[in-house]
Amino acid sequence: MEFFDNHKKLFLSALGLFVLLTIFVAILPALNNQMDNAPLPNAEPMSADAHQGKLSYIANGCVACHTQQVRNVDMDKPWGSRPGIAADYAANTRIDFLRNTATLMGTERTGPDLTNIGTRQPSMAWNLLHLYQPRAVVKSSIMPAYPWLFEIKQTVGKDEVEVVVPDEFSKGINGKVVATKEAIQLVNYLQSLKQTPLPDGKLPMEFLYKKKEVPVVAGGSAVANLPDGGALYTQNCAACHQANGEGLKGAFPPIKGSPIVLGDDLDLFVTIIMKGYDARAEYAVMNAVGTDNNLTAEEVTAIINHERSSWGNDAKPVSLEEVKKIMESIK
Amino acid sequence: MKTTNIFSESGIIITIILILIPVLIGIGILIMKLYSIMEKFLKKKELERFNAYVKDLDPEQVSKLEQRKKELEYGLSNYELSGNSPAVDSKGLINNINEAGSVRFIEEKRKSQPKHDVDPQLTTMILWYLGCATFWLVFGTTVGEYLGIKFVAPDADHISWLSFGRLRPVHTNAVFWGWASIAMIGLGYYVVARVSNVALHSIKTGYYSLILINASVVLGTLCLMAGINNSGGEYREYVWPVMALFGIAVIISLYNFIKTIAKKTTKEIYVSNWYIVSAMMFVLVIAIVAYWPTWQNGLGETIVQGYYMHQGVGMWFMLFSLGLMYYFLPQQLNRPIYSYSLGILAFWTQILFYTLIGTHHFIFSAIPWWLQTVAIVGSVGMVIPVVAGTTNFLMTFKGSWHKLSSSYTLPFYLIGIIFYFTGSLQGTAEAFRFTNLVWHFTDFTVAHSHLTMYGIICFMLWGFIYTLVPRLTGKEPPQITVGAHFWLALIGLLFYTFPLMYGSTLRGLMWIDGKPFIESVELMAPYWLWRAIGGSLMWLSHILFAYNFYRMIKRNDDIIIPTSAIDILRAKKELEQQELDNQGLTN
Repeated sequence: MEFFDNHKKLFLSALGLFVLLTIFVAILPALNNQMDNAPLPNAEPMSADAHQGKLSYIANGCVACHTQQVRNVDMDKPWGSRPGIAADYAANTRIDFLRNTATLMGTERTGPDLTNIGTRQPSMAWNLLHLYQPRAVVKSSIMPAYPWLFEIKQTVGKDEVEVVVPDEFSKGINGKVVATKEAIQLVNYLQSLKQTPLPDGKLPMEFLYKKKEVPVVAGGSAVANLPDGGALYTQNCAACHQANGEGLKGAFPPIKGSPIVLGDDLDLFVTIIMKGYDARAEYAVMNAVGTDNNLTAEEVTAIINHERSSWGNDAKPVSLEEVKKIMESIK
Repeated sequence: MKTTNIFSESGIIITIILILIPVLIGIGILIMKLYSIMEKFLKKKELERFNAYVKDLDPEQVSKLEQRKKELEYGLSNYELSGNSPAVDSKGLINNINEAGSVRFIEEKRKSQPKHDVDPQLTTMILWYLGCATFWLVFGTTVGEYLGIKFVAPDADHISWLSFGRLRPVHTNAVFWGWASIAMIGLGYYVVARVSNVALHSIKTGYYSLILINASVVLGTLCLMAGINNSGGEYREYVWPVMALFGIAVIISLYNFIKTIAKKTTKEIYVSNWYIVSAMMFVLVIAIVAYWPTWQNGLGETIVQGYYMHQGVGMWFMLFSLGLMYYFLPQQLNRPIYSYSLGILAFWTQILFYTLIGTHHFIFSAIPWWLQTVAIVGSVGMVIPVVAGTTNFLMTFKGSWHKLSSSYTLPFYLIGIIFYFTGSLQGTAEAFRFTNLVWHFTDFTVAHSHLTMYGIICFMLWGFIYTLVPRLTGKEPPQITVGAHFWLALIGLLFYTFPLMYGSTLRGLMWIDGKPFIESVELMAPYWLWRAIGGSLMWLSHILFAYNFYRMIKRNDDIIIPTSAIDILRAKKELEQQELDNQGLTN
């Protein structure tokens, strides 16, 4: 065609088509989204420390392996109680003139999603040790260690936080491992990552591609219909109490041989799972694991029975009804 | 959802078929080989029976056979027409004669075409481009190799500048902007002028472009390692002042190209230049949209990110490489492209559909549902340009398949074309909603990006470089190391991608089943090891490529004993001249 023998006509029409499409699929939707959305009214603004932590999260490229998006599909349920919406990201603006906005949605889940990590794992002690050496708390983790966020000191100052590192990972270290300000701020940022509930009791979007519900047989034995306690333990408890149930010395107490686990005070046991625990100074604070992760009575019962019957623990299983009753009463 | 139904999902079926294509071709070859072994065995048996029969032949039969032999052997003396005068090749038609006497372990491939007339200054500039590109290939993939090792040995080092999160973008950006981009632009400087049938507008500004890109990659790498990045959008990790250097470099080269095309002495603008100039204009649009430093709050960033990362791949690397392919493939096969109009159809449909598909990286995320659907529809539309392009290339190959086995460059072209088909369509299959459930967020994406960026772009670029450089310098790489480069890269790529795709599928299904996350990490361990092994083979092949490149550009210090008539005469003349000079000196 003659028309395309002229380089100006040819290249300008190609450029025109591309720019036109660009305007429609990128520029207009992006402008529309950044103007039409505001953060949820009940969203907490990020503290200055958490913001510094976010900068550290960005600088170290954490987004390469961690997403921050809960998709509206059933398989994403472990990462949040509702699918993410545009308003969740609306508070993000450009970092500064040099650096772009950081929604940090990510495209890879080599490690877990962190949208709701502040609720799922708020423990400062756990997070610091995990940053210092991930394999000290999660044996098969492949996350990089961040020892440069910590200092080795002979004495721990008044406002400083010492990290108790298991012997296996503290060989060759003379002194105490102390978290730097940057490490604390990074954990502050992680703690600040929480899903904001929708205001006014608005119903969130539904999760799609639901798993087929396993029908509950009425009157059948309670134990048979419970979910897999071992898997639930791995998902919710093993990060601190470890896969072998032995905990970590000076940080997280053992489940193996624990009087609370093996004893008859089911009330206390369920309360600790649902509400957290901070009764013993030598161990870190336990967060309200059950409430934070929306564990059902069936799941709590399965976890309890798994803990009562593993690693040499040998106590009678508890029934779903008992646990249900206690959970109702402590709500 | 029932996971047993996974094989009825169209996305999964398409992917399996695409994976099966090379596997089935392999099985076909294997069956043919087995068949020929069996055939040989049967023939052997028959031969034994025949030998027994021959032993018992009676003299009468023997004499009959001898009589027949004499008849069959009757022939002309070969001098009936020519007489007895000696053979002469007065027009110099007989050339490139090979001796068959020596032992040959490696089949001798066809020599490259002889060095042809290119402005030596242009040659030097192109070689600088390709040399820098080769350096960034080796650098970028060394980093990639180390990252692959870190999946297996996360405690390999505890240095902040070398930690995974910081090095990953160093790898991707170095191979994107350092290796592939510099190589493409360098080759572009040859092709644009060549198909316009004029000299390049300006050689000097070409160097500015090269210096700026190198500066951009060096600074970008240092920034990333020091923890200064653009907030984590993939392939957008360089901060804008660093990326601006790259942008200016593209503007300079683009201006140069357009000025060259404006002076063209051909009537038509060859389709290569459609692709190349468009790629350069589009990458500027993409970079400006993505890097303009005063917008993209909230989800605006994500929408632009989806657009940017996919346009960068499809409108820059893919479009540019296709443009080069439309020049080099017909050149190398010595026949015109099968259909010019098919190339033009592919051009316009690529722009139309590719521009739409960016957000398919964020299916099920908080970005508008309609935009996700547009992206999926656009991904399906990509079938048109991909099928058109592949058909065009394969039909150009048709009738020249025999050249494949006697060429050391064509295998690179063919693998590039095959992966262009399977890799691109795999992208379409991955964009479906169901396949997103299984594969999104897993290493399947990493496998896919290597099948495409490596399988398509790198193989094509290597093919082009092995084609062009010997014609510029007159020196060829050793065929054995080119062969080793090819096979290590191909086998390495398969070892890299197949285990990752298999493991990732299992991982995705595990997530759907609601298994604890850490179990899915443990599941991947062996597949990550395979990836590191495949990556090592790929890395080794790049070292060989660098060596081959060195051999193609090295100054020739070898002692050459002249063999052709022209060379012998020239040597004689030079020697005589030298003697004269010497006498002149002594006098």
